[in-house]
Amino acid sequence: MGVIGQIGQWFDQRLQLAAPIRDAAEHPVPRNTASWFYVFGSAALTVFLLQLVTGILLALIYVPSASEAWSSLQALNHDVTLGWFIRAMHGWGSNFMVAIVLIHMVQVFLFGAYKFPRELTWIVGVFLLLMTLGMAFSGQVLRFDQDAYWGLGIGASIASRVPIAGPIIVKLMLGGPIIAGATLSRFFALHVFVIPGMLIGFVCLHLLMVLKLGINEWPMPGRLVKRATYEDEYHQLTRKDGAPFVPYAVWKDLFFAAFILLAVAACALYFGPFGPTGRPDPTIIQTAPKPDYFFLWLYGLLSYLPPSMETPALLIGPVVVIAFLVLLPFLSGEGEKSWRRRPIAVLTVLLIAIILGTLTHLAGYTPWSPHMNAWSGDPVPEQFLHGRTALERQGALVLQVKQCRNCHSLGDLGGQRGPALDSVAVRLTQDQLIRQVIQGGGNMPAYGKNLSPAETTALVAFLETLHPRGQAPARDAARDLALGEDKNQRQGAQR
Amino acid sequence: MTSENTISRRGLFMKLGILFNGLVATALTVPIVRFLLSSVTRGRASAYLSWVPLGRVNEFPEGETRLATFTNPYVTPTDGKTVDTACWVRRVEGEQFQVFAINCAHLGCPVRWFPQSGLFMCPCHGGAYYRDGSRASGPPERGLFEYPYKVQDGMVTIQAGELPTPGSPTASLFGTKAPCGARDELVSIESKLSASSETNALLRKTKTWA
Repeated sequence: MGVIGQIGQWFDQRLQLAAPIRDAAEHPVPRNTASWFYVFGSAALTVFLLQLVTGILLALIYVPSASEAWSSLQALNHDVTLGWFIRAMHGWGSNFMVAIVLIHMVQVFLFGAYKFPRELTWIVGVFLLLMTLGMAFSGQVLRFDQDAYWGLGIGASIASRVPIAGPIIVKLMLGGPIIAGATLSRFFALHVFVIPGMLIGFVCLHLLMVLKLGINEWPMPGRLVKRATYEDEYHQLTRKDGAPFVPYAVWKDLFFAAFILLAVAACALYFGPFGPTGRPDPTIIQTAPKPDYFFLWLYGLLSYLPPSMETPALLIGPVVVIAFLVLLPFLSGEGEKSWRRRPIAVLTVLLIAIILGTLTHLAGYTPWSPHMNAWSGDPVPEQFLHGRTALERQGALVLQVKQCRNCHSLGDLGGQRGPALDSVAVRLTQDQLIRQVIQGGGNMPAYGKNLSPAETTALVAFLETLHPRGQAPARDAARDLALGEDKNQRQGAQR
Repeated sequence: MTSENTISRRGLFMKLGILFNGLVATALTVPIVRFLLSSVTRGRASAYLSWVPLGRVNEFPEGETRLATFTNPYVTPTDGKTVDTACWVRRVEGEQFQVFAINCAHLGCPVRWFPQSGLFMCPCHGGAYYRDGSRASGPPERGLFEYPYKVQDGMVTIQAGELPTPGSPTASLFGTKAPCGARDELVSIESKLSASSETNALLRKTKTWA
């Protein structure tokens, strides 16, 4: 026996770990689970380890103090050798981790792996997902910039809506009456100690159960799970058609893990670190805070929910979703595993994916947010000013000066909060335009107090010219009868 | 020796040991919980709130709305710039003011004032408010939060110190507005009805629809 072997033996005589490790590595798995579909769990673990390492590296420089955090991030980005790369790896690692955990969850759901006897593995997994999201949010707070500051304000506003306990939760969350030093410190404790500690514990539990209960076999349509017989069937399967996990299945995990690490590194190299954006100075109000990628869907949802629905949806929604996820293995703990025979499961996944995807996409360009600078930055396109009367051009000026463009686009320039005005004259008659401008309605403020009669007249005259060539503007036939034919309208129709 | 209704010496000591640990744990829970809840208990009875000066009255022109900043009264050593807070000061006339929180009543983003259109707009989810702080449109359920103010020795002073949120107990201090200034708007429309010659006949019809 060589020296290395002797040293190994010396350690194993005291640790006695070699045998259990060998057993775990060589435990038989059904052959068909050595599949590229089964690599996401190990990939999530790999990225988690990457986050631990890069997180500790960042903590060597980062200062969790509201007055210094931003500067220490700047130092990481610009002064410390490769500090930017470690930050980028940690930031992209977090995006990859959320994505892989979600993909892993969808795979487990579609393959029926949450059914008997793996219910608890699933439930622990649900908590792992929640903790991953908790890490993503608290990590965004540690990047203590404008987005983090106002993001905390949004978090506090949501928390404050909890009946009775709301204000207490807000003060617990902020560590004081406002977003300040204590807030950052407690999110640092959460992000660095509390949640990672729980994550490590829960990951160990999750893995232990995977080892004890065996990896979920490839689901065959028609092979139903029954509590009484499943475990015997599974053991028979691994005896008859099993292979040792190492090396039979593990090589795919290894390849995918390396590929994911490479992908994170590539994104980090190419795109660089996330922020920090502007200083967390609440007196700088020229900011449009935006959440990180994985909370964009929530940003979209909060913009589209009607005001009366918002508080119930925010407070009850998460409880219902989490309760459903936790109860899922009890609601359908037996029966069909294959996604080929579970159309509702497949449709549910698709529906949720489409909703989240759409909201995320919308949040990419936030059609619900006014463009704060459109009124001074986006001029009225030339084609809308050609051949217009002085009054109509004056109206175009009113349109700009009164910030209408912050919410209304012309020629694809300007806000998208309200409808585009390119052909508004086709939709609304002169009466309706006046009424809409002065009284508002729908989602539009009333401008009655802020427009002089002359301004209203000019603005409406301009709006009436906004119709495609050859398409007559809308007109109220009864109005002609009551007031006599209007010259302006006739001219408008001819133009 | 250890039948069902007797207890061994060691068994008794183990139970006593557990009891002892339980007592110590309970005793230690009290300071731990008090420490954890300190940010809540400290804020009881509005202890966070104080009167803070914003500036002299004549720094705020009548009929205009200006941005003002103040330092939050409750400061800890590591707060940095975060204690500097902004607010919108509207001087209605004379010594009559309205001081609005910078935070949107929806989810707390910083609202911006546009004097030309007389609106506060929020860059996040598109909430808008009229010049008097009442809700104009968008997702907010109420008007802007208002700080209580007083004019003392020529200084505009507000009672501040807590992040205004929709559920905070001081939200009542911040005053709740009618969901929208609809009545004011109608009054102003009527004044326009008589003023406008061009749109007179049309608006009269509009009014009957409204």
